[in-house]
Amino acid sequence: MNLTALIATAHAAPAQNLDVVTMLAILVLSAFVGFEVISKVPNTLHTPLMSGTNAIHGIVVVGALVVVSQSTGLLAKFLLVIAIAFGTINVVGGFLVTDRMLSMFKRKPEPAKVEATEEAGS
Amino acid sequence: MTLATAWYQSFNFVTSLYIFAFIFFIVGLKGLTGPNTAVKGNKIAAVGMVIAVVASLIGVGPDGIAVINKSSDVIVIVLGVLIGTALGIPSAIKVKMTAIPQMVALFNGVGGGAVALISFVEYNQWMQEGATPELQALIPTLFAAIVGSVSFWGSNIAFGKLQEILPGRPIQLPGQQFINLALFLYCIGAAVAIATGTDSVPLFVSILVAAALLGNMVVLPIGGADMPVVISLLNAFTGLSAAAAGIALQNVILIVAGMIVGASGTILTNLMAVAMNRSVPSIIAGGFGGGSGAVAAGPEGEEGRTVRSTSAQDVAIQLAFARLVVIVPGYGMAVAQAQHAVKELTRVLEAKGVEVKFGIHPVAGRMPGHMNVLLAEADVPYEQLREMDDINPEFPRADVVLVIGANDVTNPAAKDSPESPIYGMPILEVDQAAATVVLKRSMGAGFAGIDNPLFYDEKTSLLFGDAKDSVGEITAEVQSL
Repeated sequence: MNLTALIATAHAAPAQNLDVVTMLAILVLSAFVGFEVISKVPNTLHTPLMSGTNAIHGIVVVGALVVVSQSTGLLAKFLLVIAIAFGTINVVGGFLVTDRMLSMFKRKPEPAKVEATEEAGS
Repeated sequence: MTLATAWYQSFNFVTSLYIFAFIFFIVGLKGLTGPNTAVKGNKIAAVGMVIAVVASLIGVGPDGIAVINKSSDVIVIVLGVLIGTALGIPSAIKVKMTAIPQMVALFNGVGGGAVALISFVEYNQWMQEGATPELQALIPTLFAAIVGSVSFWGSNIAFGKLQEILPGRPIQLPGQQFINLALFLYCIGAAVAIATGTDSVPLFVSILVAAALLGNMVVLPIGGADMPVVISLLNAFTGLSAAAAGIALQNVILIVAGMIVGASGTILTNLMAVAMNRSVPSIIAGGFGGGSGAVAAGPEGEEGRTVRSTSAQDVAIQLAFARLVVIVPGYGMAVAQAQHAVKELTRVLEAKGVEVKFGIHPVAGRMPGHMNVLLAEADVPYEQLREMDDINPEFPRADVVLVIGANDVTNPAAKDSPESPIYGMPILEVDQAAATVVLKRSMGAGFAGIDNPLFYDEKTSLLFGDAKDSVGEITAEVQSL
């Protein structure tokens, strides 16, 4: 068996690409990443940060997308249109609102003020 | 078949792009924690999202089936994305800065709703095919269904309360705690029944419904003042439910992104609760202090005590001849869109040699950082914005404190009267200043529904009216002095 065929068979194995222990390991490590990334945040940025994380869990839209091909029936398709719409709202709305909030912090022309921003943030 | 096509047609292709996506998410999130990197951080995270979505669309699933393989699926996807874009973009662009918290609640809610719908479609599909799902897929699906549904309905209630469609005050029902417990136990019991082999779509639907009721019932009795913490908690919930859905679907990016949000959201929730000297369990227990009657306006009422009302001219004189003025903004400033007027007043006062500082309570407004966003919009320099611990020692030195539409965060009852529902919440110690001027719409109680003794203090005078108009009048008077 040549290399190409080997790779193709290795990945053709249905629904077994990730075993549950691997997924739990990813889950636990991601939790620690989440804890570490957020540990030091100035009060000022709490609202934009909440909004930003909110946009990131819009990733559920990917969940809805991959379920489309796996499901059959009109009810399923109808519900998935709603799910994809919901996920899309979550993503585009989330990132846009966060950007609008943050653009207000950006408008600081003089370098002196930028330094002060840093000070307030530390 | 070349090596490249083999790789492209395997799930590893999608997963490798997912790795890039979550690198972008983590870097972006890290950026969001610093004022200078935040704008870029948000954009980086958005790029990660684009990568994840595109990868999912052009690649194959873990079962080797392409995500887009039928024209009917294309219609489903295009329709969903179009509807979502048509609703999401305008609402995000048009929303006023004051209404941002409820917008975040709404965006969070639909995320949870999507998870609940995905779980149902998954389960329904197994039942249609007569398949016996593996426990490692079934348990996370049930978890995602319950948590997603709670998050969707809870967020909608939070939205309703902040948008003032629903009353902001705690809504208590008789037997509240008992009903919540019963609903919770029902969800768990029914989930266990399904997991142990009862195959029933109606039972699954009943879990979604019970969780929906639970989401409503848990958030309804929570006072509006606690709503930021609740939204943050529900945000973490949606993240967790997304991670669970990721395990059920064997999708790495859902697991990683969902769990990062779940974890960071939990931290953020705790930071907010600490800032209000509240614990998350006691907030969830409903209403202040677990729902005692102390929530309504203070027991003393307003009779027998008088407030001193003042005029814009008097306030102008007080301010113009002060050495140090501390401005304490609150939700009233946000509602009146008075931040530009406040900036103008600051400029005029500084021209007269008055030192002006802003005292920002961590939860002033409806969310932590709400005031900073508004004042930054009006170009108030950062160094003038002081956090609570920074400004509190300065109040005794201040000649005048100008409270603009803030109430609960200045309530001295939080320090002095142990029977007050907000006793122990850290406040801005405005009452330490030589004089206090409160700009207020009316004599109504604050968002928490609690009476504020500050208004009856003899050093306090009140100027009634819309905050923007009042500030404008004061500015004009200062200029004419």
